[in-house]
Amino acid sequence: MLLQQIINGLTLGATYALIALGYTMVYGIIQLINFAHGDIYMIGAFIGVAVVALFHQNFFLTLAAAMLACVVLGVTIERVAYRPLRRAPRLNLLITTIGVSIFLETFMTVLKGPQPTGFPPVLKNVTLRVGTLEFSSIQLVILLVAVALMMGLQFIVKYTKIGKAMRASSEDYDTASLMGININRVISFTFAIGSALAAAGGVLVGIYFNSVSPYMGVTAGLKAFVAAVLGGIGNIPGAMLGGMLLGLAEVFGVAAGFSTYKDAIAFTLLIIILLVRPTGLLGRPIQRKV
Amino acid sequence: MLVGIFIIAALGLNLITGLCGQLTFGHAAFLSIGAYTAAILTRDYHVPFLASLILGGLMAAIFGILLGIPVLKLTGDYLGIATLGFGEIVRVAFTNMKITGGAIGLAAIPRASNLVNVTVFVILAVVAVVLLENSRFGRALKAIREDEIAAEAMGVNTMWYKIQAFGIGCFLAGISGGFYAHMLQYLNPNDFGFLKSFEILNFVVLGGLGSIPGTIVGTTVLTLAPEFLRFVQEYRMMIYGLLLVLMMIFRPNGLLGGVNFRRLLRRRKQKAAALSS
Repeated sequence: MLLQQIINGLTLGATYALIALGYTMVYGIIQLINFAHGDIYMIGAFIGVAVVALFHQNFFLTLAAAMLACVVLGVTIERVAYRPLRRAPRLNLLITTIGVSIFLETFMTVLKGPQPTGFPPVLKNVTLRVGTLEFSSIQLVILLVAVALMMGLQFIVKYTKIGKAMRASSEDYDTASLMGININRVISFTFAIGSALAAAGGVLVGIYFNSVSPYMGVTAGLKAFVAAVLGGIGNIPGAMLGGMLLGLAEVFGVAAGFSTYKDAIAFTLLIIILLVRPTGLLGRPIQRKV
Repeated sequence: MLVGIFIIAALGLNLITGLCGQLTFGHAAFLSIGAYTAAILTRDYHVPFLASLILGGLMAAIFGILLGIPVLKLTGDYLGIATLGFGEIVRVAFTNMKITGGAIGLAAIPRASNLVNVTVFVILAVVAVVLLENSRFGRALKAIREDEIAAEAMGVNTMWYKIQAFGIGCFLAGISGGFYAHMLQYLNPNDFGFLKSFEILNFVVLGGLGSIPGTIVGTTVLTLAPEFLRFVQEYRMMIYGLLLVLMMIFRPNGLLGGVNFRRLLRRRKQKAAALSS
């Protein structure tokens, strides 16, 4: 029973972690809370539905198509809406992200209507049994895909040239650009990766809950953001840890009988963490300087 | 009338974010605390409207101070995130409480807001905020906004002033919520989600952070904009979102940000003097 809940929690947590990575990477480099990120996740899920419905493709092609489309979308949004404001006050940029978020949500509502649509079956759902444990093959796929993507991300960030540039930019934005790093390319790349991961999360969640709706990105986005803060915003392993912890906390909270307060669990956790360790579990403490 | 109601709330937020420089994304929560308190008092306990309005404001202020004491230690984005979390907790709590009608909402609230009492309160709020801004208190808040460490070094008790500003801002939000409840006669917790908080923040930023006339203009424009955009029907919110982005790109300091009215007047006078001589 306990192990069962842990598996459910990790599945949920893996999807939070995928979205949280996008928040955390963008924040790490340009200190921007990108509130439109949750909507990229939503668009990713819708593209997944469309690809399956139109081309009857298999799961991996669907995933790849959704990720690719969202890369284009994410980079375009950054180029058109965020880049002109790079030197503007931070609050303005924040409001721009909200504007983009409202735009994407209503765009999808106009296109598809506000009701949730089901996700056409693309994966066979088999219930697997190991001893007394019971979990669906979909859960297994979600966990495997999420872990594979996160390992891929770690590889990119740790061992490639652009990854090195990303780390340098998040360390010190101005110095990095003085050292000949093309900051605009790094930021575009960050948005590309973040959007791809969010799209993957969207497709996986769409399949898992068999429901996709224009406003699915609001709560999921906020919670993923909480996950990012939990682990220490700007910190990539932190986002993964935070996502998993949040998933577990929610599943156990529901199991303990707080199901009506499920959505509050994440935010209560958030406030506690902020008060005890403002920079998150794996974050470095901020120093006040004159 | 809705414009006036939101002006009261936006003035409160302007005090916290514009004047004192403390980022908060949970203003709608205080609006809802005031709204529910006032609505329940008039509906179930037949408290007079004015009294319940003030009590709603006080309730919001109490919650604001209770939240502010631990949370205002945080700075910048972290404060914003914490208040955002608080806002969502309040929303979920109202959805689950019996006395607030839960997810169905609270209906049959007597209609008591009218153009006259809203206008009176808007004027009172504007006067109060203008007086506050030009007092010792206001100057202390501005010092905190400009540089918290320097302000502290100059002997400003930053924590105390921040909590006060937060409390007053929340009080205004609570009053605004009371009017809101008694105008719509129906409350639903989902109307006070984090998007509402950002809507109020938009009012303030669009008008120009820290500017009181700006706040009023910003609120008016943004409250009426969706109404004027009604002819495009379902594309309305899409255009609203687009407008926000364009505004921020082309008018980054807000409509009236950085415009100093007194200087503008003086310049006009000088021009007139130069012309006549």
